[in-house]
Amino acid sequence: MQYLLLIYRNEAEMMAMSPATAETQMLAYRDFTQSIIQSGNFKAGDRLRPTSTATTVRVRDGRTVTTDGPFAETREQLGGYYMVEAKDLDEAIAIAARIPNARDGSIEVRPIWVLNKA
Amino acid sequence: MLATLIRLLGDFDLAEEARQDAFAAALQHWPLAGVPDQPRAWLVEVGRNKALDRLRRQALFRDRILPLETAATEETTPPEEDEDAHFGDDHLRLIFTCCHPALNLEAQVALTLRTVCGLTTPEVARAFLVGEDTMAQRLVRAKKKIREAGIPYETPAPLLLDERIDGVLAAVYLVFTEGYAVTAGSDLIRAELCHEAIRLGRLLDTLLPRRPAIQGLLALMLLHDARRPARTTAAGDIVLLEEQDRTLWDRTRIDEGLALVDAALGGRGPVSPYAVQAAIAALHARAPRHELTDWPQIAGLYEVLLRLQPTPVVELNHAVAVSMVDGPQRALDLVDSLAARGGIGDYHLLHAVRADLLRRLGRRPEALDAYGAALAASKLEPEQRLLQRRMEELQQL
Repeated sequence: MQYLLLIYRNEAEMMAMSPATAETQMLAYRDFTQSIIQSGNFKAGDRLRPTSTATTVRVRDGRTVTTDGPFAETREQLGGYYMVEAKDLDEAIAIAARIPNARDGSIEVRPIWVLNKA
Repeated sequence: MLATLIRLLGDFDLAEEARQDAFAAALQHWPLAGVPDQPRAWLVEVGRNKALDRLRRQALFRDRILPLETAATEETTPPEEDEDAHFGDDHLRLIFTCCHPALNLEAQVALTLRTVCGLTTPEVARAFLVGEDTMAQRLVRAKKKIREAGIPYETPAPLLLDERIDGVLAAVYLVFTEGYAVTAGSDLIRAELCHEAIRLGRLLDTLLPRRPAIQGLLALMLLHDARRPARTTAAGDIVLLEEQDRTLWDRTRIDEGLALVDAALGGRGPVSPYAVQAAIAALHARAPRHELTDWPQIAGLYEVLLRLQPTPVVELNHAVAVSMVDGPQRALDLVDSLAARGGIGDYHLLHAVRADLLRRLGRRPEALDAYGAALAASKLEPEQRLLQRRMEELQQL
């Protein structure tokens, strides 16, 4: 079986974290990631940029409707995901609009936070 | 120039700093060495180099310099005869980036005024009656989203263009209506907003010629703005269309607007709602006196508009036109049916239109009640004064 683990947390609190706490948490995430890589459980995982960078895409009557901000309905529930490589947001939106459920549900497009590989 | 720098640097803030650096450098060099042959190209080149220095200093070398230098080798020998075409393309790119649908409309408008029109942040804040800090934050957030979400700095592909133009026009029209509304705030700023919206409309019409939606919106704005000198008294009171001194209307704007309406309606493709609204404004502009207005044609155009844009506000305007053709009773039936369907809420203009129709039907007590409801729902002072004046006139009869 494969499982998707979705991480929910308070964004404002995350942003307000002291550098020391953030460092501790980052190390904890690094250790966790390492441990599931070693155990062979890891498939993919990334940090997302904050919801302020989110765009929600819907297709209604054949028209792509884009709105600023994250998906905020409680009537629809998370049902799947794709991770895609796109040259910019327009390409990502165009791909999102082709997802079949874009016609009756909503697709949230959120950039991956690429960490500096220093 | 800012538009070009944003294209070359791919970052709004960096481009703004680069522009300042370039101007500072020009102040140093030009008095000694003379103004270069191509001042704009000189400024862009210097600005870009300054920005690259800045990036190097900020140790972002790996992330940003390499892709830029690759791009720069393609950019160093621009075809010089294309200088102006380039300039236009950059402007267009900037407009489409600022009005990207992944930004909310407020952010689009703020960013367009700040970046494309070059208004200062305090000016934009004053225009929208928000604090400078709020506006500064809104701009920072918008620029951050452009950067972090990867909003492209590009004119959309032909397939997407029509859809995206609609979004740009909505933002431009919002700038105009914000300026045209009789709200609090200084008249100067309001006139400035209308002026900027018209300037943007002209720019779009130049860069994307013969598009009925653009021509229609530009015509609509010109024909409305032409009435500006006649629509308020010196004391800031509203003068209704029927009472305006039409000799005060700006003939130059009207002539330009009328020509554009003809072009917009004669163009190919589906009819643009802006063009229909402009055609309505054109009929008002063509009437030498209010009594000579071609109401049957206006009512017909509102019916066309209703099919394109079935909104309560259009329905209300249609009812007003119908009252001038078929009399107030038929219009009142339309307004009451609109109100009964809900969806328009406690909209002051609904009450005001009802009040007016009831007054014309001689139903004074009901008219007074409706004026009262309009007054309670209205939030703008000049509007409230107009409604109060109407109520007093009615009470004195």
